[in-house]
Amino acid sequence: MTNPKGRFGVHGGQYIPETLMNAVIELEEAYNKYKDDPEFNRELTELFNEYAGRPSRLYYAEKMTKDLGGAKIYLKREDLNHTGAHKINNVLGQALLAKKMGKTRLIAETGAGQHGVATATAAALFGMECVVFMGEEDTKRQALNVYKMRLLGAEVIPVTSGTATLKDAVSEAMREWTSRISDTHYCLGSVMGPHPFPTIVRDFQAIISKEIKEQMLEKEGKLPDAVIACVGGGSNAIGSFYNFIEDKSVRLIGCEAAGRGIDTFETAATINTGKLGIFHGMKSYFCQDEYGQIAPVYSISAGLDYPGIGPEHAYLHDSKRAEYVAITDDEAVDAFEYLSRTEGIIPAIESSHAVAHAMKIAPTMDKDQIIVITISGRGDKDCAAIARYRGEDINE
Amino acid sequence: MSNIKNAFANGKAFVAFITCGDPDLETTKKTVIEAANNGADLIELGIPFSDPTAEGPVIQGANLRALKGGVTTDKIFDFVKDVRKEVTIPLVFMTYANVVYSYGAEKFMAGCKEAGIDGIILPDLPFEEKEEFDEVCDKYGVDLVSLIAPTSENRIAMIAKEAKGFLYIVSSLGVTGTRSEITTDLGSMVKIVKENTDIPCAIGFGISTPEQAEKISKLSDGVIVGSAIIKILEKYGKDAPKYVGEYVKSMKEAIA
Repeated sequence: MTNPKGRFGVHGGQYIPETLMNAVIELEEAYNKYKDDPEFNRELTELFNEYAGRPSRLYYAEKMTKDLGGAKIYLKREDLNHTGAHKINNVLGQALLAKKMGKTRLIAETGAGQHGVATATAAALFGMECVVFMGEEDTKRQALNVYKMRLLGAEVIPVTSGTATLKDAVSEAMREWTSRISDTHYCLGSVMGPHPFPTIVRDFQAIISKEIKEQMLEKEGKLPDAVIACVGGGSNAIGSFYNFIEDKSVRLIGCEAAGRGIDTFETAATINTGKLGIFHGMKSYFCQDEYGQIAPVYSISAGLDYPGIGPEHAYLHDSKRAEYVAITDDEAVDAFEYLSRTEGIIPAIESSHAVAHAMKIAPTMDKDQIIVITISGRGDKDCAAIARYRGEDINE
Repeated sequence: MSNIKNAFANGKAFVAFITCGDPDLETTKKTVIEAANNGADLIELGIPFSDPTAEGPVIQGANLRALKGGVTTDKIFDFVKDVRKEVTIPLVFMTYANVVYSYGAEKFMAGCKEAGIDGIILPDLPFEEKEEFDEVCDKYGVDLVSLIAPTSENRIAMIAKEAKGFLYIVSSLGVTGTRSEITTDLGSMVKIVKENTDIPCAIGFGISTPEQAEKISKLSDGVIVGSAIIKILEKYGKDAPKYVGEYVKSMKEAIA
């Protein structure tokens, strides 16, 4: 028997140092107190609508639909949110919660920099101190986001340990939290880590599927046949899936980063190549070697370049409620260019993994079927890297 | 009760932490023997992990060097069997939950028993999750050591009541590493521990000098030193064992 708290099947739990236990217990108690509090929810809704620009559009991609010649395609435009990605949903929720808890300082990890920018934004808005940990490798890949965070008043700490990417940024943020707890909230950016983070982040991101459902019923009078989202830790995907989990007719498809292919070591496709393990506070699937050493994963997308997956996704995989497919760098880059040319929408390279899978399955589906792709973020940040991928060196 | 109690039968205990395979297992073996011969009462053998989230930069570096050198869990079990021929003091493993989980907890603890490991410390396995391994630990007579931190407060009694082997009291907030000052009210923590259990407790995190060790030892049954020893290994490499021996001797003398 294991601790039933914060479990999704066998996954989840609270595998963290004793030093942090009272901090996560305090966080859970605060969340339970505020999650159904009308005043808290009124404030959060106002922030969502007036500050972040919600609800985000559900856009009918007519040209793409006609071009692919199969299922009708809608894009959930999380890229149109303030700060350019879905990350702001979770951050506004957590920052508001942290404020209610009397915390004055936010720390965060970031991969591509989207979560870091969102956290720095919320910290500026709430007048809080902010420190963001970012793998040194990623600070180079995403220099513009580093500048943005500093512009917003945050301190960005390049992490040089391990592979100097997202997993190391998470480890470093956890280390920082153990050294300073009383005034600091760790604003974790995905549906991962110890309980209650996977639940809190999911609940704040669930606005995505709540809106998709309402908008879809309004536009089409029925539910979609498939919802597709990219998965690193999995926050935009769980947000896109959550309100459809009970609607068994809706296929839920998560797109992992295969990097250079799931038959290579240069991959970050956790469900497709990982095995069950315990890391970063949770039991879930992880890319690791036979002795449990965490693998140095790779993806062109800094936001998906993580060796694990959130515990609820691991459970949705076990229970076969959701499918998890692997998309290579090449396929994602093709999709990045395709959506830009076809619809005039430049998606984040993360979201391009979801677009790529839709391009594969839409032609095989009937014209009266509907696919929703969550465009989790905008692709401006990726233009220089994609240009380089195509052999063109441009200055940002 | 396991062999661990013997570590606390010789005055205040000096507990030394050494990462297996930094820089290589041959050096680790010599270091363990030197430490034992110079007064270490218990040795924590670190099984390196790729992402040691509770460690500061010094022990992170040791983990990385050891893994780069090709150390694995299997090689470490063989190494312990070899060391056991010459060292009788209690030995405990210190590693992360995934190292045990991925190996298979049953197979891992059976290996501990066979090799002569008395206990295990997993810093990412708090009280709430100890059921993950405690049954299989009991089955093979391996004490699953609990930790108490400065933030534990209302949790101390609960943890102490179910503690096995010895209690590891974390002296300060943050990760492992040497510190110039320890400000936690350790006396009050130990008092609650003693009200709730008879097993010994040792204080670790941030202790490096004989002066600190002497001061801390007055508050508990022993002191644990890791980063200061790893720094010696980092500095002297294969020549480190004798320097570690000298260091251990000075620390044990300070607390005796």
